[in-house]
Amino acid sequence: MNSKSRLSLLVVQILIVSLVVALFGRLFFLQVASGAKYQDAALSIQSRDVITPAIRGIIVDGSGVALASNKVGLAITIDRIVVDELSDKGVALMQRLANLLQLEYADIYQNTRLCGELPAGQKAGCWQGSRYQPIPITKSADPNTAIQIVERADLFPGVTAMPVAIRSYPSFFDVNAAHLLGYVGPLTENDLLSTNEKQYYRSESIGKSGLEIQYDSYLRGVPGIRTVIVDRKESITRESQNKASIDGDHLVTSLDVRLQAATEKALKDAVLRGRANGYTSDSGAAVVMDVKTGRILAMASYPTYDPNSWEKGLTVQQAKDLFSEKKSVPALNRATQGLFAPASTFKVISVVAADKAGYNLNATYDCPSQVEVGTRTFRNFDSKNQGRMNINTAIAVSCDTIWYQIAFDEWLRDGGLKAKSNRNDYFFKAAEAFKLTDRVGIDLPAESASRIADREYKKSWYEQNKDFYCNYKERAKKDQQSAFLIQLAAENCVDGDKVRAGDAVNFSIGQGDTVMTPLKLTQTYAAIANGGTIWQALIGKAIVKTDGTVVESFTPKKLGTLDVKPSTIKFLQKGLREVVVRGTAAGVFSGFPVEISGKTGTGEVFGRNPDGSAKDDTSWFASYAPSNNPRYAVVMMIGQGGFGASTSGVGVRAIYSSLFGVSGNRLVPDAALFPEGQPPSQLPKISLVIKKKGEVE
Amino acid sequence: MSQISARQNLYSKNRRSLFHGFDPVLSIVVGLLLFLGTLLVWAATRDWYARSGLDPQYYLKRHIFNILIGAVLAYGVTVIDYRLLRAYTPILWGAAVLGLLIVLIPGLGYEKNGARAWIALPGGFQIQPAELAKVGIIIGMAMILSERSHDSDKPSNKNVLQSLGVAALPVLLIVLQPDMGTILIIAASVVTMIAVSGASSKWVVGLLLLAVSGGFIAVQAGIVSEYQVKRLQTFVDPNADTQGSGYQLRQARITVGSGGLLGTGLFNGPQTSGRFVPEQQTDFIFTVAGEQLGFVGSGSILILYLILLMRAFSIARRTNDPFGRLVCTGVIAWFAFQMFENIGMTLGMMPMTGVPLPFISYGGSSMFATLIGFGLLQNVHARLRG
Repeated sequence: MNSKSRLSLLVVQILIVSLVVALFGRLFFLQVASGAKYQDAALSIQSRDVITPAIRGIIVDGSGVALASNKVGLAITIDRIVVDELSDKGVALMQRLANLLQLEYADIYQNTRLCGELPAGQKAGCWQGSRYQPIPITKSADPNTAIQIVERADLFPGVTAMPVAIRSYPSFFDVNAAHLLGYVGPLTENDLLSTNEKQYYRSESIGKSGLEIQYDSYLRGVPGIRTVIVDRKESITRESQNKASIDGDHLVTSLDVRLQAATEKALKDAVLRGRANGYTSDSGAAVVMDVKTGRILAMASYPTYDPNSWEKGLTVQQAKDLFSEKKSVPALNRATQGLFAPASTFKVISVVAADKAGYNLNATYDCPSQVEVGTRTFRNFDSKNQGRMNINTAIAVSCDTIWYQIAFDEWLRDGGLKAKSNRNDYFFKAAEAFKLTDRVGIDLPAESASRIADREYKKSWYEQNKDFYCNYKERAKKDQQSAFLIQLAAENCVDGDKVRAGDAVNFSIGQGDTVMTPLKLTQTYAAIANGGTIWQALIGKAIVKTDGTVVESFTPKKLGTLDVKPSTIKFLQKGLREVVVRGTAAGVFSGFPVEISGKTGTGEVFGRNPDGSAKDDTSWFASYAPSNNPRYAVVMMIGQGGFGASTSGVGVRAIYSSLFGVSGNRLVPDAALFPEGQPPSQLPKISLVIKKKGEVE
Repeated sequence: MSQISARQNLYSKNRRSLFHGFDPVLSIVVGLLLFLGTLLVWAATRDWYARSGLDPQYYLKRHIFNILIGAVLAYGVTVIDYRLLRAYTPILWGAAVLGLLIVLIPGLGYEKNGARAWIALPGGFQIQPAELAKVGIIIGMAMILSERSHDSDKPSNKNVLQSLGVAALPVLLIVLQPDMGTILIIAASVVTMIAVSGASSKWVVGLLLLAVSGGFIAVQAGIVSEYQVKRLQTFVDPNADTQGSGYQLRQARITVGSGGLLGTGLFNGPQTSGRFVPEQQTDFIFTVAGEQLGFVGSGSILILYLILLMRAFSIARRTNDPFGRLVCTGVIAWFAFQMFENIGMTLGMMPMTGVPLPFISYGGSSMFATLIGFGLLQNVHARLRG
């Protein structure tokens, strides 16, 4: 062998050894250095999770009547992966489906778009889930129609019919309770990505609002998971785990379905009555609370919507209407989220303030037709001069001018615009004593906090708005450039951070920037009724299993007490009874066989409706009963409803009539919803066979 | 002194033995590779066939049958003095070229995975003439390149040209199939043999340049099929084609990687069982080793190949006969590049080409050819002292 051959052979040998070394290195990298990563990748290739959603727990009222249950529906679903592959992106297919199912093409189109695919503002009715799950366009298809679809797979590619469990709100006694119950819907990508310790699976439905979301972790149960190992053709080669689903537990609420239905009806009637009397009456809320426990027996908000509409398949119009200003935003729960000036119902706070300030509650005061406060004139309700009266009467007839005088005098004593450092602030402190800005602690999502227009509020308001008012001519719209508004803006710019005389006077009668939720006012009146205990407002009573085992009980917490002398509370109770006996609500409750105590409120509202008309007054009636041994607090509020008594007072009377079994002016004890005089304290039996609690019981 | 006498002793002892003059290490290594290959072919096909209600040992039986035929061929090659082989070489070469022509005739040859490379035989057997062409080219080239005029120790330019002609015709026919994987292996063998023959370095450099520019022109001119270009693209960017070859390469990598250090255990690989990797009893058999035997097992296979190749180098070095050395060199380059192409593809280092893994993959023609190659190595070894 010559040297050249020898050298070549060596070169080839070195080359080949290095190739083998390279393979070795690569093998090490894949199997040892990145082995874990590839093991995960392999697992995701081989395994498929088949999720069986658990049967969702039902929601019942205090006596076991179902408010939310489940039923079997026939869903028609669209597979976007298949449909998007069609040459026309499924347009013809969706048109055929619309014809067959008697739906609108536009709704099917919108319902099958992922929310992320649509521009902001046009998302109404979009699919909140993902592209990889079949998207239902209806869950209540007719079986004959479904068969036509399944048999003509050539005409309906990617369309499937399958039985699904659907959430059903059975509406016994025509109950609605939409704002309380909420609804369930598909998981969103955010739910899947969220790190709140809950593990979700793509095919699950979860609570989206109301009690459904509040108690979702109990109601949802644990979905069953069957993991199978598949081959390349997706045929199953073996099973690696099979865990059965665990059904969700049931929620027992303190609601009473009959009282809830009666409250909803009374609320709606009050709105219609307001409209009949010429008021806009665009919204309302009513709450019934057990003053001894804080439990909510009924809560309604107007306008409302059909809680079943989601499962039926929400049309685009329905979805838009839910949040439409023109339709008064039916999605909003006004009992917990609506903020309104409490008007004269707030005078219970003013009584406490006057007492603290040393005014003799039994002395008599002038109730003139108007009071001059600085350069402005504040008129009594209807500019009526009602003569001299004691505070008790002042509450009964709802005199405003007495409170104007006291509030103005106290404001002056505290230094007026130049507030003293050792000021008393009796009115603000009285509001604090009622703990009005604390939340009610209701077990519903997104409760709004009430707001007291005190000195801190004024300061923060000013910080946010001074730029606008101090540059009013540049910032404000043309149509807001009237001489009066420019003058007002100039005043706001100068001393908008201070409590002015007008603010102090308005505060004393619950007007101005002080706003409360109807539920907070209910809690406050319940506290007056029970002698001072502020109970957390709670709807959920317990989580139970079908066999009756109690998983968890919920007891309202004692959030605090009214920081008011017992004698003053007694005084308030007497005054509130006077309102109904001979005051502003006497006519409404004339002849009513159960003693009611309460307070009317008629709140002025500034601003204009979308149609340009001035806004009508807020109508309030806050009450409790029976007066001598209070058990229930009932509050109704009608937005733009006009007078407190005639609109809301009548509504509250209707609620008490159902509650106590009053027919006309006659008490029919057998007709009372709670014959023992109190809501049931025992938990009901859960029956999955939906039962309608009817007249037989 | 005693060493030589001991060796002579050994030779006389084995003179009558059936495996007289064989390199035992080479035989053991090849035996182990065949044994592992048999297990892997079985593991790759057992679940798949059982699930389809077919005989789970179908591939196992046929594979063993192939090995037995291959062993007879290998033994046949070793017992004939390789110097006599020269006489048969034109026949072998001619048969290979004929086979490659038949493959191209519609109706006789048939296409699989984009290459017209097979001739169907009765009984469900197929023959791939390109595999036999490798043997024909190596022996034919070795024959010409080892011819020497008395005053020279290197082949003349004329001889080199002649030897290239021996390779050119079969290569041209394989290009028409097209089977780029086999062409690469033959090219590697050709260049290596010319380099080791002692021919002028210009030849080696020229051939390498030719290979590079030829490949470039082939892609540009569209001689290489779209299918080949796609495979090459997915090698550069595995995400380019998620369903086709990109999918296969990614699956192969995942399957090997998921084996980890010790593997999932023989006959117990979910990736293999699910047949996520295609052709896993043939071109992608190394994924089965990777998944089920892990780094320890698949690394051992690499070591076995390394030992085999080092033994072959040692034979090439020890022989005094240029013809024998060139045959060895050709076989080494063939085995090494085919192994590198196959495993490199599986591990994502090489573009996707459909070449079997020597001694391990299922497939008759390849098994016969590689065992003949092994026989040639043993033949040269047996006559080291002859």
